[in-house]
Amino acid sequence: MSIRHGLLALLERGPRYGSQLRTEFESRTGSTWPLNVGQVYTTLSRLERDGMVAQGGEDGAGHTLYTITDDGRAELRAWFEKPVDRTSPARDELAIKLAMAVGAPNVDIRDVIQSQRRHTVKAMQDYTRLKAQALLAVESGGARERDDVAWLLVLEQLIFQTEAEARWLDHCESRLIRLSATARSAPDAPDAQSEPDAPAAGAPAPAPAPVARAGARTDRP
Amino acid sequence: MSAQQPVLQLKNLTRVHGSGATEVHALRGIDLAVYPGELVAVMGPSGSGKSTLLTIAGGLDSPTSGEVIVEDTDITKVGIKELAALRRRSIGYVFQDYNLIPALTAAENVALPRELDGTPARKARVEALAALEEMSLGHLADRFPDEMSGGQQQRVAIARALVGDRRLVLADEPTGALDSETGESVLALLRTRCDAGAAGVLVTHEPRFAAWADRVVFLRDGAIVDQTVRSEADSLLSGRVAEA
Repeated sequence: MSIRHGLLALLERGPRYGSQLRTEFESRTGSTWPLNVGQVYTTLSRLERDGMVAQGGEDGAGHTLYTITDDGRAELRAWFEKPVDRTSPARDELAIKLAMAVGAPNVDIRDVIQSQRRHTVKAMQDYTRLKAQALLAVESGGARERDDVAWLLVLEQLIFQTEAEARWLDHCESRLIRLSATARSAPDAPDAQSEPDAPAAGAPAPAPAPVARAGARTDRP
Repeated sequence: MSAQQPVLQLKNLTRVHGSGATEVHALRGIDLAVYPGELVAVMGPSGSGKSTLLTIAGGLDSPTSGEVIVEDTDITKVGIKELAALRRRSIGYVFQDYNLIPALTAAENVALPRELDGTPARKARVEALAALEEMSLGHLADRFPDEMSGGQQQRVAIARALVGDRRLVLADEPTGALDSETGESVLALLRTRCDAGAAGVLVTHEPRFAAWADRVVFLRDGAIVDQTVRSEADSLLSGRVAEA
């Protein structure tokens, strides 16, 4: 997560001191990614080392103020222009877990899917409740409007992400059901000991037997 | 919440279609209670029994066994006339395709169930206007359905479902014909009505719409297999909420 660029973006709007940056970062992102003040100062000193910010005096209360430099502005512009990389996906524990559950002994993959679905939908319920509040805040306007809009966008991103996950789980489940139905309807579906490429009459792509068994316990096609 | 009486109670509900070799168990022993102020979403793959559950809860179909208690009455045990009266007085139904009467204006559509129930026309109109006003739909009162967008029609349908003393709204894929932005606004309205004390049951296959509910019930092969209850909002992302 780019704390560095987040701080540069806030500093572009004027000089700020450390804990002020932390507060503003959090009110834009709703404490979704909480920052501690130590992280803020570590990041500021790295930015200062790289010539992107400079210390610029103190405010009335004696806080050290930081100012963005021209290099910092250039770096920030480049960040806004460049898409966030999605071609090397971060490791996703859920995808790994489901991949491992396919054919795993003593695991009913549908139980794994349902317990994740419960969790994911519950998270969506919570985000949606917060979104309803954020919408009210945005509609009522007010001094914090820009923060409220930013927070709404972050919440909606969380909702879209969890929604994609819930849909993917539905999809996994129905695919497993379809595959196990295909496997069962094939009269000589190979069992786990057969050659993987053994021909099965009427079933072009028989499911691996362990998946078929996991599905067959509870489902009706 | 549990100190209150549920508005809707389903007890050990079963529904079997057909018999013998072709018999299909659409519902198998459903127990569900919905309280005032609560919105419950029912999710499940197609064929899991979602719509059957809702039509039985609304008195549009009868269970094979079990009880459907709306307010204080088991609607499976009453005669056809009394059931019709209960449906007019106690149960609001919202359909995917709005089902407003094309020849009536929004206000007339909302007033209709009240008039059918014997409320004088003038009083029914006042109630209808109040219901529309309360949902910020007053400006649509004199429009005919074909002069309104899908989202507006669906919001009028929700007003119709909750006009008068009715406080149970059953919504069957109410966003099915709407784009996602409009769908959200329909859900937001349903949510507000439930926050104001109505009890709602929403059938949907869209997780994003189900997420507006207090409770999401998962149906599989005619049985409830799981459910979620939302957290108290301030336990989540707590820094921000405490501050708001």
